[in-house]
Amino acid sequence: MKTNRRSIFLALFGMLLLAPLTFAQTGKIRGTVTDSDGAGLFQATITLVGKSIGATSDEEGAYEIKGLAEGKYAISFVNDGYKTETREVTLGAGQDLIVNVTLKDASSGIDEVVVIGYGTTRTKDLTGAATIITEKNFVQGSVSTPEQLIMGKSAGVKITTNDGAPGSGSTIRMRGGTSINASNDPLIVVDGVPLDNGGISGASNPLALINPNDIASFVILKDASATAIYGSRAANGVILVTTKRGDANKFKVSFESKHSVSTIAKYADVLTGDDLRALVNEKGTATQKGLLGTSNTDWQREVFRTAYTIDNNVSVSGGLKKLPYRISIGNRNENGILLDDYFNRTSFAMNLTPSFFKNTLTSEVNMRYVETRNNFANRGALGAAFFDPTQSVYSGNEAFGGYYEWVKNGKPNVLAPKNPLGLIKQRQDVSNVHRLIANAKLTYKLPFVNGLKAVVNVGVDQAVGAGTVNTLASSASGFYTRGSYSEYRQEKNNQLIEAYLNYNKTSKNAKHILDLTGGYSFQNWNTSSPNNPTYSEARDSIISPANPNPFFTENALLSFYGRGIYTFNDKYVFNTSLRYDGSSRFSPETRWGFFPSASAAYVISEEKFMKNVKWINLLKLRAGWGVTGQQDGIGDYSYIGNYFPGQTTAQYAFGGQYYTTFRPNGYDANLKWETTSSINIGIDFGLKNDRISGSIDVYQKNTSDLLATVSVPAGTNFTNAILTNVGGMKNTGIEVMTNFGLIAKKDLRLDMMANATFNKNEVTKLAQINDPKSPGILVGGISGIANTIQIHQIGMPTFSYFVYEQKYDGSGNMIQEGQQATIDVNNDGQITTADKWKDIHAFVDRNNDGKINIDDRYITRQAAPKVFLGLSFNLTYKNWFAGLSMRSELGGTIYNNIHSNNATYQAINGTLGFLNNISNLYYEDEVIKNNERQLLSDHYLEKANFLRMDYLNVGRKFDKMSVALTVSNVFVLTKYKGLDPEIGGGIDNNSYPRPRMYSLNFTFNF
Amino acid sequence: MKTIKITGLLFFAFTLITAVSCKKQLNLQPKYGLTAEAVYGDINNYENIIAKMYGGLSVTGQNGPAGSADIITPDEGFAQYIRALFYLQEFPTDEVICGWSDVGVEDLDKMKWSADNTFIKMMYNRIYFQIALCNEFVRETSEEKMTTRGFSDADKTKIRTFQAEIRYLRALSYYHAMDLYGNVPFVDEDDKPGSYMPERITRAELFNYIESELKDVENKLLDPTVVPYGRASKAAAQFVLAKMYLNAEVYTGANKYDECVTYCDKIMSPANGFQLEGNYVKNFRADNHTSNEIIFPVVNDGQFIQSWGGTTFLVCASIGGTMVKEDYGVNGGWGGLRARPELVNKFTDSIADSRYQFYTDGQTKDMAVWNEFTDGYALPKFRNINTDGSLASNNANTPYTDTDFPMFRLADVYLMYAEATLRGGNGNSGLALTLVNNLRERAYGNASYNFGALTLPIILDERSRELHWECTRRTDLVRFGLFTSSSYLWAFKGGDEVAGTGVADYLNLYPIPNADLALNTNLSQNFGYN
Repeated sequence: MKTNRRSIFLALFGMLLLAPLTFAQTGKIRGTVTDSDGAGLFQATITLVGKSIGATSDEEGAYEIKGLAEGKYAISFVNDGYKTETREVTLGAGQDLIVNVTLKDASSGIDEVVVIGYGTTRTKDLTGAATIITEKNFVQGSVSTPEQLIMGKSAGVKITTNDGAPGSGSTIRMRGGTSINASNDPLIVVDGVPLDNGGISGASNPLALINPNDIASFVILKDASATAIYGSRAANGVILVTTKRGDANKFKVSFESKHSVSTIAKYADVLTGDDLRALVNEKGTATQKGLLGTSNTDWQREVFRTAYTIDNNVSVSGGLKKLPYRISIGNRNENGILLDDYFNRTSFAMNLTPSFFKNTLTSEVNMRYVETRNNFANRGALGAAFFDPTQSVYSGNEAFGGYYEWVKNGKPNVLAPKNPLGLIKQRQDVSNVHRLIANAKLTYKLPFVNGLKAVVNVGVDQAVGAGTVNTLASSASGFYTRGSYSEYRQEKNNQLIEAYLNYNKTSKNAKHILDLTGGYSFQNWNTSSPNNPTYSEARDSIISPANPNPFFTENALLSFYGRGIYTFNDKYVFNTSLRYDGSSRFSPETRWGFFPSASAAYVISEEKFMKNVKWINLLKLRAGWGVTGQQDGIGDYSYIGNYFPGQTTAQYAFGGQYYTTFRPNGYDANLKWETTSSINIGIDFGLKNDRISGSIDVYQKNTSDLLATVSVPAGTNFTNAILTNVGGMKNTGIEVMTNFGLIAKKDLRLDMMANATFNKNEVTKLAQINDPKSPGILVGGISGIANTIQIHQIGMPTFSYFVYEQKYDGSGNMIQEGQQATIDVNNDGQITTADKWKDIHAFVDRNNDGKINIDDRYITRQAAPKVFLGLSFNLTYKNWFAGLSMRSELGGTIYNNIHSNNATYQAINGTLGFLNNISNLYYEDEVIKNNERQLLSDHYLEKANFLRMDYLNVGRKFDKMSVALTVSNVFVLTKYKGLDPEIGGGIDNNSYPRPRMYSLNFTFNF
Repeated sequence: MKTIKITGLLFFAFTLITAVSCKKQLNLQPKYGLTAEAVYGDINNYENIIAKMYGGLSVTGQNGPAGSADIITPDEGFAQYIRALFYLQEFPTDEVICGWSDVGVEDLDKMKWSADNTFIKMMYNRIYFQIALCNEFVRETSEEKMTTRGFSDADKTKIRTFQAEIRYLRALSYYHAMDLYGNVPFVDEDDKPGSYMPERITRAELFNYIESELKDVENKLLDPTVVPYGRASKAAAQFVLAKMYLNAEVYTGANKYDECVTYCDKIMSPANGFQLEGNYVKNFRADNHTSNEIIFPVVNDGQFIQSWGGTTFLVCASIGGTMVKEDYGVNGGWGGLRARPELVNKFTDSIADSRYQFYTDGQTKDMAVWNEFTDGYALPKFRNINTDGSLASNNANTPYTDTDFPMFRLADVYLMYAEATLRGGNGNSGLALTLVNNLRERAYGNASYNFGALTLPIILDERSRELHWECTRRTDLVRFGLFTSSSYLWAFKGGDEVAGTGVADYLNLYPIPNADLALNTNLSQNFGYN
């Protein structure tokens, strides 16, 4: 109270003093604001700090502030995309003071402060590979999830949207994956709270629970010297997300409204009803012909639609007394292009950054609360393209809700596909997900030692996902069970508590800067969900009973860490960090992992001899080494050998009485950390006053003690394969990032950002003993039961293809087993219809044993691209702006499962009482029937190379608003024969197509 | 200011204290799991523990029909005991062909498998899963452990019986390992789970081990008249012994027909109460748990014991073409299994034989291609309906069956007795003829098709008529020297030709899966597979 009284008194006194001065002769401050090329900057904001007076520059960059009393003033010059400058001036009575200012381009960023793990540093002092992406370089358009804001914007980071479903997630891979069975996802830290990367029931993507509109910047830490402070969770890189916050001196209200229309970019190329009828009538059996209908239904058009999405966001920021705040509310209502698919997100975010005790205690309170409501349209309908187009949508009778269905003896044919429209309309899969991420961070400048501060951060990340799935009793798929109804619920809790001390001291002559950080962090994650029965739709009978125990799993991580950064003369920077992590996922003996790093930077451009080289303004050499760990993505109790009860449907009976079974689980008691040791060498450069800037990095990552689920010698454990530390992997790569100020004129600016990445992945070890006969780990399921097309094998990249080598005839047509041969196969001296190609003719007998079996498969090519490129442009012309962003991936391979499975005559079926449609790819090689070998033929491997334009936008700024039109997913250039060459796992099957989106965005600022 | 300082200090001290206390919180245990000590310490858990080892013959994981799998595999159903056994014992024979395109199926059908074959690996993995679990049980039920755990004498007696049953189950799996793979890794209760390479045991040594185990547990097991249905009785152990003795020459080079006769006699003892069911088909219907002929069943249940193998597989995979799946009590027709023409041809004298269960509508007996369901007669021998035609517990709305798999039944004992006697065992040849004719009379309903005398070829054909699709065919053909030879051919034997062709003799034994050879340097590959 004392303070308050005193301040009121002072304020009154001040007013008394100032009052007479307003009558004195006034002066003015004027000048020009220009960019580094001397061009005037339009609409720069010029304010007198602490006063409510200011001006805006005109189109020439000129400004003028009149009516100023004599005295000292601090003037700040702010313009979007430039670094803020402040000038302190003394204005004489009646003086006309000219203050010209040149603003530096913000993108060069060398003096900026950047968020790093447990603290901040100057960009200048970075010794590791880090990419900073701020709002102005974000992907434009109606973006539904945060990671999509930075797609294609950074070298070394490959972001692939999983599919085109609303709110759908993405797979993020930084510098290739380092693991086989553990997680390959980077750690994402939002305002200091490391997120739980795992999914939540009822949400397609956990990151979809953060509103992208609240994000101010991303810092991507790629190499171990930058990430090792996060130790065990950082092997796949770290993405630090900073959300927007308020400025106490600037009250700002902004409203953004985005309206988008999504359309299907491309339909699967399948036969029409007439095509199919013609084909079956030409080649079919009587049974097949008998099943043909008379319609011409385009099933894809029945289930896909043009969908409307609206995304509104309001934010208010400013200072309440001295308390800076920002509050935002957003709502996104996204309709999927698949009928009835729906995603609605309401988000609330609040950010307070109050300070106390004369700024010795600063705090930051972040809270974001999100609710999403989803209706997941039945994904079974994605197979619509292959539903028989000769049948009509409706049957004309009451059965199965009126939808046409394949029946056998009056009952739905269990093996037949169901009416795609019926699948959607007769099933409701709705969910409601809440997520709260909140943290409070207190920074206390300790009064005892100058430069020492203590930071405490407490955070929670809680999510509850709940939903119901209801299948109508009248539907064909619900026929046998009289429909079904089930409820699910999942709760996730993640608590964080961390504290660290930071000491930052600059010597008096400013030559030495020392920054020391040390602290600990504790995190605990748990997931629980009840077990519910599945009922019939009427809920009068139980289809599958609930299991005895609810689900609960928990893990915890305790870490101690320290870091030292020493900067000498702004020229040499040394950085070292240590982290000591303990995870509950390992036994007390193997629990603790030690993760060190060391790195250094040499800023050559600070050398005297470089001062004369005017065209180089920055040249910095970086080198670093570090060790990171991995334990995410594995089970919480993998090292413990316990007995677990089975469920009610897996019992056994003695004398007619049923007994729950107790099974010991297979385990490796010595399970330990997977560790990745990496080195990174890089150069940062800025040329011609940062007109050209960028960085080049070369890295190598060696993973050892790879966590993989591998077979164990028969009889030695309670299962055939256990998760254990067996393997090794190597990733080597080069990354180049560049920014070009192509045009920097007064009214016209054109910037280009280009990045390129090359990554080579190789499995180096896969078993305890290295046997050449080691069969590798088979992965990549394709059509058929348990068929796999990919393999992890020593000496090859992960997800390489494991296939038969197809043979072709003289004219380049593939030889099909069982079809008419052009040679005398049966050696009867003549070529007749009895001569059919055999497997030995169709495939190369690679082991020369005279027969074709699985030992003739070979390993070739890889699913992941070897090279990926990003290119974006930003253009401003007076009040107009435009931008585009493109991505290209090269060297990856796709197994076209549509081609191998849905493009054969056999796929039309008929023998099981129903018909399917097939892909037009059938006409490529007119395959009649694909057997197991044909499915695994290298004939179906295709290059996945593509160039995609992610967005193209154009807009205009007005006084307090701007309007922009964006087209997203503009085009894809590729030779790939399927729908979309961008497929995460490399296997093309029916997937939710990525829509093309047209958005109109309005932004209002007050 | 002072208060600020103190507050700050306290604040920081508090967080440091929490850091230290957090360390304990890294000791997390599963909430619903139980340690071995807790499980074996309570007598009430024992049925639950042995239910897993018995259940290992029927279900594939802890979730049923799939999920939390016992064996990590691309498809959990592949690793179901009976399904995997059926693949290896029946696919490469004259009794069945499977037209599925799953990798490895055609290689079994046409006898061109390699040591990388998925199904050869699945059976092997399932066998050793069973053995590892059984070893753990035997370890945990030693006399010392029972005493340490303070069990009463009554409890100890109960546990000893359980232990005998588990040793029987282990011997049963080792018997399959010996029959299919020959020279395999050996682990018993002295080998705890861990990182090591088990020693190799030869086929003949394994024969001796199984024989001694079974002889030891034989009298510790319950009598067939008192054993709860589903558990192993003395007769179950005697059956495995009889089967081993009949095939002893294949396994060890020396014949043991006398012993075979002895053990068949033991099983047939009237005190045991086994008798042929009047109706042959009852043994393969949903109510076959009431059959008096089944010596050891693998229990299935449409509600509580579900899997994608067992009789669910046998019933559903046999349905296709024009067959109405509901007629067989399931809602799935997987269109895979048909009889090869040679099996149909075994029924030469009359289709009045009630064992003639072929479905011929829309099917052709002779086969042109191996992978069309309509090529070859369908054979719905196993059905999920009761003998009286009523539906089982699933009301034909699911693929999950109530039909138990008759792993061992009396008819096989009759045929073993007859064959062993014919091959020189000290049985009664009059009784041998009577026993076989008992099967004939049951099949035809009268004595007009009885044999006047027995020969080995008659026995082999009768075995096929009586026991087809019951997982004995490969063993029988090997014993008769016909599995690989060119003197008996069947459709698609040994390759793509319908006429069939003989194959190399080394195929009489399956290979040790390469996957295990790569992990265990003590093993060596069976002859011919390198």
